[in-house]
Amino acid sequence: MSNHAAPDFKNPVIRWVDSRLPVFSYVYAEYGVFPMPKNLNYFWNFGALAAVVLVTMILTGIMLAMQYTPHVDMAFNSVERIMRDVNYGWLLRYIHMNGASMFFITVYIHVYRGMYYGSYKAPRELLWILGVVILVLMMATAFMGYVLPWGQMSFWGATVITNLFSAFPGIGDAIVTWLWGGFSVDNPTLNRFFALHYLLPFVIFAVVALHVVALHVVKSNNPTGVEPRGPQDTVPFHPYFTAKDSVGLGVFLIVFAFFVFFAPNYMGHPDNYIPADPLVTPPHIVPEWYFLPFYAILRSFVDGWWPYEVVFGWWASAKLAGVLAMFGSLLVLAVLPWLDTSKVRSCRYRPMYKWAVILFLIDFVILGWVGGKPAEEPYVTIAQGATMYYFFHFLILTPLIGWIERPKPLPASISESVLQKSAAK
Amino acid sequence: MAEATQSGGPDEEEGVGRRDFLNYLAVGVGAVGAASFVWPVIDSMNPSKDVLALASIEVDLSQIDVGSAVKVFWRGKPVFIRHRTAKEIEEAEDVDVATLIDPQSDADRVQKPEWLIVVGVCTHLGCIPVGTAEGETRGEFDGWFCPCHGSHYDSSGRIRKGPAPQNLHVPAYEFLTDTTVRIG
Amino acid sequence: MRKYGLSLATAAMIAVGGSALIGSAAQAAGGGAHPPQPDYSFTGMFGSFDRAELQRGLQVYTGVCAACHGLDLVRFRELEALGYSEDQIKAFAATYSVEDGPNEDGDMYDRPGEPKDRFPAPFPNVQAAAASNGGKAPPDLSLIVKNRAHGLGSIGLNFVDMLKGGEFATGAAYVSALLGHGYVEEPTMADKMSCLAANPGESHEAYEARLEEFEVPAGGHFNKWFPGCAIKMPNPLYEDAVEYADGTPATPEQMAHDVSVFLTWASEPTLEARKEMGIKALLFLIVFTGILIAVKRNIWRNVKKA
Repeated sequence: MSNHAAPDFKNPVIRWVDSRLPVFSYVYAEYGVFPMPKNLNYFWNFGALAAVVLVTMILTGIMLAMQYTPHVDMAFNSVERIMRDVNYGWLLRYIHMNGASMFFITVYIHVYRGMYYGSYKAPRELLWILGVVILVLMMATAFMGYVLPWGQMSFWGATVITNLFSAFPGIGDAIVTWLWGGFSVDNPTLNRFFALHYLLPFVIFAVVALHVVALHVVKSNNPTGVEPRGPQDTVPFHPYFTAKDSVGLGVFLIVFAFFVFFAPNYMGHPDNYIPADPLVTPPHIVPEWYFLPFYAILRSFVDGWWPYEVVFGWWASAKLAGVLAMFGSLLVLAVLPWLDTSKVRSCRYRPMYKWAVILFLIDFVILGWVGGKPAEEPYVTIAQGATMYYFFHFLILTPLIGWIERPKPLPASISESVLQKSAAK
Repeated sequence: MAEATQSGGPDEEEGVGRRDFLNYLAVGVGAVGAASFVWPVIDSMNPSKDVLALASIEVDLSQIDVGSAVKVFWRGKPVFIRHRTAKEIEEAEDVDVATLIDPQSDADRVQKPEWLIVVGVCTHLGCIPVGTAEGETRGEFDGWFCPCHGSHYDSSGRIRKGPAPQNLHVPAYEFLTDTTVRIG
Repeated sequence: MRKYGLSLATAAMIAVGGSALIGSAAQAAGGGAHPPQPDYSFTGMFGSFDRAELQRGLQVYTGVCAACHGLDLVRFRELEALGYSEDQIKAFAATYSVEDGPNEDGDMYDRPGEPKDRFPAPFPNVQAAAASNGGKAPPDLSLIVKNRAHGLGSIGLNFVDMLKGGEFATGAAYVSALLGHGYVEEPTMADKMSCLAANPGESHEAYEARLEEFEVPAGGHFNKWFPGCAIKMPNPLYEDAVEYADGTPATPEQMAHDVSVFLTWASEPTLEARKEMGIKALLFLIVFTGILIAVKRNIWRNVKKA
């Protein structure tokens, strides 16, 4: 199927280069004739969209770094100088600010699409794990980026999150001091966060490259979850998916542009327009919205909550339990391929699991909602219930449904599924 | 998708033409869009508004005595302002322009003969010539001397000897009053 | 049905998001009320500043606020955006005295302000500002409208207002209400409720009793839009506190409104350029996407797909 010989390039320069470094053959094979299942829906756009956002973030980020000063006395004003004096500085900064949110939106949808259609199952486990690695790296990068403007939320967000590491018994305080390079979040912290915030996107880029290499080995999953049986089930990447991805990109850019130009501060916290003040804590410290579900899991663990007492109470403090659960909530994603015991990939043919996955999404949204609320009733109870459900979904529901569920009959091939649908219309 | 199976055949040719046109249109419009995004990215590296606001300075000349010179800081570089003596003016005007490395008459380099204003950066490799402050060597031509590679400038700031290819540059300036000048 | 599973999930997400929206609105009511939202000319996709309001607002700032509040991020040259000419700005800047130096003798000296200068700070440092103002330094006003806005920071909050281009107008409304009609001599229960929230778990009776007993501490003033009710700043605006150059009657409400518009501009001087470019960008992207849809349909027309 993919045994296309290298094309006969007409242009002599291209032929000369290609015979020495086959970049043109590579692009031809991987993005020209590369076979894609022909039944992919628009949810398959989001990987490409995330890649576009990554490139946009790196580009605008480098331009901003040229104007930014990573010093506690100057960082805030240097960002305001970008907003006021640098040519189109406001545009670059607002693209970068909202780009972070857009990155998480696209990646969350991308991950959820994988969950719904079983894209993590063999042989795509490594592809999936690389994706989880990208997500974790993104979170680290976004967190450190939010510190750079050195507003109140930057400072207190950095203080609260770095303090999480003090939960580790014995070495916790030493780790935190090491992270800070001092005895509180201060100039050394800002400097190293800037350095790492510049570095990590390139690491993400490298892991994305691996993600794409792995994808091109195992090829794309599709809404039926049935592997293509032959040429009748696939179309070449170009022009079919260059065109389809472009449509998604166009719509996405409209949404992106709306936020950048007409609601640029909508997803940021107003307190971050107050310069950092180590002596005054804002009344509500809230992380960026994309961290809220995980923040809710972190905060759920308090003394006296029975799941905490049962699982952790006898060996870890509530603080440590919260930290472990938060990291665990990402780790559990990575082992999902082995938690899911069903042979069927797509939820289209899994009548029970489909509802479980939909409920999981609702649970995730609820977690995000309570994560932004103050730690008081009824939000604490809701957060605890939603946290339990989060782990219940992965650790119990997913394996269990795989055993007891009777999947619907799978189509013999993608083409057959398409024909069935046409007939039904 | 019923209509998809019916298409093809007679109107295939027409469809291909339309497709080509649409493809070119999409690529063209996309290129325009990409370019209009790239411009702000490039322009952000140009001097910003706060830098431009400092691009001109006003200097009070009343404190500079005849025969002395001052160095002022302008756009990150020194500017030499010399209150020339009658002798210096005469020296500068009497030179045969044709013999110069970078031929230019003194009248083209000053607005008022007693005030010489030049950018104090050697046109060779960017060192700062000496000769402004009291007691510094002023080179063989009573102007400035660049110690890096031995360029001599005369009392009009013109290169007379040494490796520098051009005269010291004259910045844009205007006299606001008899004793105030705005540079830039 | 099975085809629409994921779409269904998306709908479920939107539904939950919607309930989150209602929840947050209810929460806002419990956490201190927000002042009414005036109709500002700078909101909406085509919004722009009213030059007359800006110029009057500048007068209020310089005539009243500047005695205690800095405007550190704004330079005189930027006032061009308010509709002043270069010469007017030069003359205006020259009315300020700016410290510069050191000179050749190593001394700092005062000189008339120039367009490149920032608005001079009223106090040499934060400590001095706090010492002269009863222990609390008056905040700098450069970003006050942006950092006093509310309802931002999360998807789902104030979604409709966001779609309408409300942005940080809530911050301007706060400034305007605080100054224009926030100071109350004899606060009623309703006034106290708007600035003092019930504690979590507090019974209604206990809350009312607490409000009943609430007294503004010495050195404070009651302001029903200030969180916590007791503000250090005495009511700064009174009838004709400034004399408007354009003859508009200077009522406290008018001055409060004008200065809130001016401070919005100070918070985001690029707002007009941004919206102008945004309209062009959106129009372009909509046309471009239309073309891309046509291209895609044309390419896919012979493929049988789900």
